[in-house]
This record gives sequence, structure tokens and C-alpha cells, in this order.
Amino acid sequence: MKNKFLLPVLLLPIWLIVYIYLEAATNYLVFNLLGLEKKIRLTETVRFFLFEVPKVLLLLTLIVFVVGIIRTYFSPERTRKILGGKSLFTGNILASMLGIVTPFCSCSAIPLFLGFVQAGVPLGVTFSFLIAAPMINEIAVVLLFGLFGWKTALIYVTTGLAIAIFAGCVIGKLKLEKYVEDWVRNMTAANLEYQEEKIPFSNRINSGFDAVHEIVGKVWIYIVIGIAVGAGIHGYVPENFMVGLMGKSAWWSVPVSVLIGVPMYSNAAGIIPIVQALLEKGASLGTVLAFMMSVIGLSLPETIILKKVLKLPLILTFVGVVATGIIIVGYLFNLIY
Amino acid sequence: MNIIKVYGSGCANCKKLEALCNEAVQELSLNASIEKVTDIQEIVKTGILSTPGLEINGRMVSSGKVPTKETLIHWIKENIN
Repeated sequence: MKNKFLLPVLLLPIWLIVYIYLEAATNYLVFNLLGLEKKIRLTETVRFFLFEVPKVLLLLTLIVFVVGIIRTYFSPERTRKILGGKSLFTGNILASMLGIVTPFCSCSAIPLFLGFVQAGVPLGVTFSFLIAAPMINEIAVVLLFGLFGWKTALIYVTTGLAIAIFAGCVIGKLKLEKYVEDWVRNMTAANLEYQEEKIPFSNRINSGFDAVHEIVGKVWIYIVIGIAVGAGIHGYVPENFMVGLMGKSAWWSVPVSVLIGVPMYSNAAGIIPIVQALLEKGASLGTVLAFMMSVIGLSLPETIILKKVLKLPLILTFVGVVATGIIIVGYLFNLIY
Repeated sequence: MNIIKVYGSGCANCKKLEALCNEAVQELSLNASIEKVTDIQEIVKTGILSTPGLEINGRMVSSGKVPTKETLIHWIKENIN
């Protein structure tokens, strides 16, 4: 019992020391122990890889642990109760924010969608939740923070929220309820009683460790591969290589990035390190952001799952509205930066 | 006869939970049947929002997670006749 509180308290200083001295240690390893020559491509590639992999994994472990604890305070059942009967707009804002903290896996998209609609959560509000939940996940935010810095991470979260709110409002205003499969609308009301569980704090800490075990255990390999590819681009692709393809002046690059990104299904862990390297080579932030959002936020498998409960016009509207939102964000950032 | 039901449309976690139930029942040498409910409408009727859902003798004990085997055995012991 006591140990459970002690362990995180002991681990945090160790984490901090490793994180602070990581760059110095990497440099020592690369230049002194491995004796690699400074300022040549191979050295830069190796140094980039050896520094970024442990850095990102350290950040990921800490954030996943914290988010794992925070999520024990939110359950889908509780979120549904909060959102039931909320008006449009207020509901959309709330739903998008709850989408970030409510534990959600895309295989639960259907029961969650049905449960929300059944409980009287408006369709547009439900969609705000379904858009925000996968798009703004802790893995994406950690990688953006680690590789791009806190500003980009913040921009990503804010624009992601804005798109979820906007798309949900549009879907709500269009009155598309008739495009929900008939059997869904005729469903008998389920038993909506929900008992708040009392969870002792030591169990919440356990949930944090479980989350680290499950998420970091699953995505570390994608992070390593992604950073390896990114390191290769970092060292060997010439400067300004991407200017013509994904630069600001190429006006078509934003919609094309989204078109390529939507059917692509990669987790954030693999895609972000590669994208970061492209940014360095002259791709513009708006284009890169649009590409990333369409890969992470709109996924083909999830859309196919939703086909079981939604008719085609609603699915197309959903994809169309979100894609439009992402394109607007892309152009906006190309304009600002 | 005890009835354990696992609700889920066939995701990885649902299969994991079903396998875990089999193990637990064997370990306890319990007289129980384990049913897998994959029909979406049946799942929604129970009121759970995330899969897998676990029902022991008519009582929904958890949803959206795969417990450890110790926790699962504890739940089963609590809810058997």
C-alpha cells in the first residue's frame, strides 16, 4: 500500500536527472566513446537517433502515467451523463474537451455512439466527441512537444479542439438525424443507471502504471522506427528539398496532403518523427499540420466501423466537414508563419 | 450453473478477456458457462459504452477494460452462487 505512493515519488527525480543530462550523455557517447567525427552526416544521423529516442520515450512514459491517472476520474458513462441534454455549441465545446480525457478506443466507437445517442446526447455533440477523442491523444501531444516544442503542441491541441467543435456544430445544424440507421433510432431505451465507483487513490496510481505498460509497450517500436527514418532524412536529405513539394508557395500542397493523409492509417507514434524531419527540410508548418491531422484524426477503419450505424450521406458529411476544417487550418498556418 | 458473459464485437481486448475467463474458471474448477455476445444491439441493451463488458450471473461487473487474473477471480468469487 505504502509502496504504491513511494514508487512514483522515487522515480520522478531519477526521471528528471536522466532527462536533464540526456543531451550531454548522448554527446559524450557519440563524440568521445564512439569517436565519431563532428559535423559529418553519419554522425548527425546517429546523434539525432540516440538523443531523440530516449527523450521521446521518457516524455511518453511520464505523460502516459499522468494521463492514465487523470482518466480514472472520467469514464465514458460519466461523460455521457454530463453531455445528456446539453444544447448545441456549449455541448460541442464540452464534448470536445471531454474527448481528450475520457478513455476511448476506436473499437468501442459503436457502443459509445449508440449509448450517447440513446441517452439524448445530440448528434452534433456526439460527433464533436468522436472527432476530438482520437485526434488529440497523449501520444500525439507528447511527440509534438518533444520534437517540435511546446508551441506546436499547443497549436495542435487548440486547432484540433476547434475542428472538433466546428465539425460537430455543422453536423448538428444540418439536421442529419435521418441518416442514422433506422434500427438505431428505434432502439429501446437502455438501463442508464450509472453508479459512481469509489476508487482508492492507490488504484488510480496502478492505472497509471498499467497505462504505461500497455501504451508504451505497444508504441515504442513505432517511435523507434519513426525516429530512425526521421534521423535518416535529418542527415541525408538535402536542405530545402521539400520546399517545392510541401512548401508554402505550393498552394495545392494542403489539400493534397489531406487527400493522402485520410486513407493512411498510421499511429501518431510512427508518423510524427518523419513529419518533423520533413519540416526541417523546407515543408511548411500548415501543410505538415494538415497532413498529420488527417492521418491521426480521420481513419478509414473507424469510418468503416461507423458504417454499421450511419448511412452513407452522414458518413460522407462527417469526413467532408472534418477534412474541410483541416484544410482551413493548414492554409491558416501557412499564412501566419 | 454459473453464467459468465463477455460482451464485445471482437476486438483484441474482448478476446483477451474471454481467454482470461476460461483460465479463471478452470483454476477455480467452477461449474460455469462462458458466453461471448457479439451482437451490437445486445451489447447496447446492457447500457455499457465501452467494450469488453463482463457480466457474471446477470450482474455487469466491468466495462472497457481487461482486469488482471487476480481481480477477475475476485469478481467471480463475489458473484457466484
